[in-house]
Amino acid sequence: MNQNIKNELRSIVGRDYFLDTPNELYVYSYDATPLYQAMPDAVVIPSSVEEIAAIMKVASQHRIPIVSRGSGTNLCGGTVPVEGGIVLNMNRLNAFKEIDQDNLTATFEPGVITADVHKAVEAVGLFYPPDPGSMRISTMGGNVAECAGGMRGLKYGVTKDYIMGLEAVLPNGDILRVGGKNAKDVAGYDVTKLLVGSEGTLAVITEITAKLLPLPETKQTMVAYYNDLTDAARSVQRIIASKIIPATLEFLDQETMIVVEDFAHIGLPLDMKAMLIIEQDGTSLQVEHDIARMADICRAEGATEVRMAQTAEEGASLMAARRSALSALARVKPTTILEDATVPRANLAAMVEQVNLVAKKYDLQICTFGHAGDGNLHPTCLTDERDKEEIHRVEQAFEEIFHAAIKLGGTITGEHGVGMAKADYLDLKVGPVGMDIMRRIKEAFDPYGIMNPGKIFAKSSRRRVVVNHGCGCGQTREHAHGNEQADK
Amino acid sequence: MAVDVDKRENMRMEMNKQTNNPDCSTASVSLLNKFDTNEIMNCMQCGFCLPSCPTYRQTGKEVASPRGRIALMKGVAQEALQVDQEFENNMYLCLGCRACETACPAGVPYGSLVETAREVVETNKKERSKSPFIRDIVFNKIFKHPKRIDTLGTALWAAQAAGLQTLADKTGLVNVLPRPMAEMQKAVEKVASPAERKKRQKIVKPTDQTAKLRIGMFKGCIMDVMFYETNQATSRVLAKAGCEVIFVEDQACCGALHAHSGEKDGAVELAKRNIEAFEKANVDFIVNNAGGCGAALKEYHHWFHDDLEWKERALAFVAKTRDANELLAELPQIEFKNSFDVRVTYQDSCHLAHGQGVRNQPRQLIRSIPGVEYIEMINADSCCGSAGIYNITNFDMSMRILDDKMKNVKQTKAHLIVTSNPGCLLQMKQGIIRAGMQNEMEAIHIMDLLDRAL
Ligand SMILES: Cc1cc2nc3c(=O)[nH]c(=O)nc-3n(C[C@H](O)[C@H](O)[C@H](O)COP(=O)(O)OP(=O)(O)OC[C@H]3O[C@@H](n4cnc5c(N)ncnc54)[C@H](O)[C@@H]3O)c2cc1C
Ligand code: SF4
Ligand code: SF4
Repeated sequence: MNQNIKNELRSIVGRDYFLDTPNELYVYSYDATPLYQAMPDAVVIPSSVEEIAAIMKVASQHRIPIVSRGSGTNLCGGTVPVEGGIVLNMNRLNAFKEIDQDNLTATFEPGVITADVHKAVEAVGLFYPPDPGSMRISTMGGNVAECAGGMRGLKYGVTKDYIMGLEAVLPNGDILRVGGKNAKDVAGYDVTKLLVGSEGTLAVITEITAKLLPLPETKQTMVAYYNDLTDAARSVQRIIASKIIPATLEFLDQETMIVVEDFAHIGLPLDMKAMLIIEQDGTSLQVEHDIARMADICRAEGATEVRMAQTAEEGASLMAARRSALSALARVKPTTILEDATVPRANLAAMVEQVNLVAKKYDLQICTFGHAGDGNLHPTCLTDERDKEEIHRVEQAFEEIFHAAIKLGGTITGEHGVGMAKADYLDLKVGPVGMDIMRRIKEAFDPYGIMNPGKIFAKSSRRRVVVNHGCGCGQTREHAHGNEQADK
Repeated sequence: MAVDVDKRENMRMEMNKQTNNPDCSTASVSLLNKFDTNEIMNCMQCGFCLPSCPTYRQTGKEVASPRGRIALMKGVAQEALQVDQEFENNMYLCLGCRACETACPAGVPYGSLVETAREVVETNKKERSKSPFIRDIVFNKIFKHPKRIDTLGTALWAAQAAGLQTLADKTGLVNVLPRPMAEMQKAVEKVASPAERKKRQKIVKPTDQTAKLRIGMFKGCIMDVMFYETNQATSRVLAKAGCEVIFVEDQACCGALHAHSGEKDGAVELAKRNIEAFEKANVDFIVNNAGGCGAALKEYHHWFHDDLEWKERALAFVAKTRDANELLAELPQIEFKNSFDVRVTYQDSCHLAHGQGVRNQPRQLIRSIPGVEYIEMINADSCCGSAGIYNITNFDMSMRILDDKMKNVKQTKAHLIVTSNPGCLLQMKQGIIRAGMQNEMEAIHIMDLLDRAL
């Protein structure tokens, strides 16, 4: 990136918010995804939609990649600037614009932290259900772009079910407004939904209007332990089939239970093969009734023990145990690779068994936990990125796991997005026609291919890593590699 | 078709090749070995620590976050980044408050990582002359020599006694002093006279005569000069709780400031002196009343990685070390004679809360004083910006953090803000002045408050 362009960007956001020293670039070369890293040419932290529009014009004119970034907590390499360019950090656009209690909507900028949205709307008795495990730090822009899920997905759905309207800046600097506060709105294509889950590859989201619900009156938590995986899976199936939809229905396998117990010491029975954590919310009458019936079902399907949380604190600590699963696993080995395979609920047990078989075959430690109610599993491999040979096996194992998920009618990701990590597998899920239509949509939004290049679409054809020397000598070199001739 | 791993591998090799320009001098290999790469790798880059970090909250920039700093260390350890001025600045912009450690689900020991990073920086700075004048005075000329600290105390007393402080205020002499110093000196209270300090009893007998425990008092260096009275108060409170308190001879500064500033050798030297002094004293517990010193004292064994004999001795020292709040909470509750009609809030010392996990004990002790109305402050456990000598070395950032803190302090409408660390106490005093709240509230060390209630 030459000095003129840098100066242009500097004049847009101000000196303090244009970053390009070696350390500054280095810390935007990664996100929460293990193993992926690439250097940007510059980091820009805008404070308004106008600034973003101006930045986009510069980027379009010079064909500079734009990588939007919230808090960088995604798990698919979504914010790794694999082709260099500008990292556009959105965390200064963090204003809460409105909570509309008459229309049950909230409008805010994308840099707002998800947990802060929860707090703000709950303060007036309202409810924004999507609750990714990372909500204390992830931004709403990142949630929208990844279509994040959470533990309440079964009953309440995921981010896309709550996004009613968006404002976004296109690569040419045009400002697009779609959707709004109308509960019913079917005028033309649903571009709002199209932008949800677009992973920063179509436009930069600058304002979000979300749908809110009334806050449920009460909630109750219970756990069930199983000797047999299949019993646990059948319980899940039977609960749903008997027309109860719990707010949360989470699953931990034995491997995960052992690790969680080892670090949290909450008294999990380690000889059990699996456990379910179930939560229901609603009116107290309804909650009591549903919980009692679900407990009966679990017992009938072979649960060796069913326990009710006696207090709200106990309920919270059970949920916290589930939330701690990934972190607990991360303490075991240096590198924790978490995946996101999803199957129809009925195939849950089959999927867990597949994962265990694959782990054995490749001699790997894979723990599985996840949102059983949604069929969304997180097989998590505990490994060490310095052991190249093992990492090879991890790759092979996950590839088999994805194939198994697809074969069972599932998908390669339930909530974490495609990004770089799963770009090679997207065609497995959507097929050639799906790939083609997605590519053409991408072209319509982003004719120059500058929006988060290298993501979603496997582009083994074109990769460029632009790196600034770490020594502070100020030189920048551009490095092209990969087989560029295959591009177009 | 396992192409992905090769792609990633290329990407990383490319990164390292390119960031590692042969024209630039790299840190020596032995330096880089100082990093515990396993601990660095344990950071899963989840970012959970970001919201708890005061410098990230102020700037919104990843370089000023724990995740960012760990990544930079990793970059240095992998020789993709240089140990240069920029790296140094980023390591020193950290307060060392360790709020990130409390927040980290993966248990990354950030505190010791940043100590190592600073050690790498300092060792790497070959031209020591470049290191600021103030630094040399602080670390080599003063803190290693208890006598000099004492002399400094006398000088300070003399200056105050002669009314220089007021004179300085009135004549505008303050404006001539460097800004951090000038601001700070407003907050400094009158120090004890040399005569008064000489009078100290070496042993304080328990109030009810029957000693349950023999306690070695860790005086601290600055603490014993600027807050001489607080040490005296601590000994009285402990005596009231049934302890025989000994002001152990030959002890030195704890070494925390050295360790946090990359002066590892100096730190180790001081630790050895303390271990020896307290071994001789033969006490049940070693008690301190400064959160920052306490955290260092409890980590002495980490400072002797390769020296087994000293590590053993350090472990014994650590096993006996307690913060005064911690020990008092284990002893039978003190019966206070005096009752106050005040509203009190508490500002955690980072090194006590995040470093030593002592959070409830001081709060309980405050509540146990008759008449006290305790009110919890929002974000009480986030750093006030004092952080050792941070408020001198990074004055502007420190004041930004302090001014934000004062907004929360103000909300409590408390009459007293209680702290457990001399640095925090000074900072809070300064904060009260900056916020113009001198008439509404006072900052006080918890041991002084307990002593007043005896
Ligand atoms: C411990 C842990 C637990 C997690 N638990 C869950 C979970 O339960 N459910 C779940 O779904 N995910 C989970 N995640 C993944 C991650 O937190 C989510 O993907 C989250 O939505 C990312 O938000 P972010 O602000 O960090 O976005 P980033 O990681 O910064 O960005 C994510 C994507 O969004 C794009 N983007 C960001 N902002 C904008 C914008 N304004 N406009 C356009 N594009 C933008 C980026 O380009 C990128 O492609 C977890 C992650 C961790 C580390
Ligand atoms: S020690 Fe404190 S200032 Fe330093 S990185 Fe951790 S939270 Fe931030
Ligand atoms: S919370 Fe811990 S693991 Fe997560 S980024 Fe911070 S230091 Fe790393």
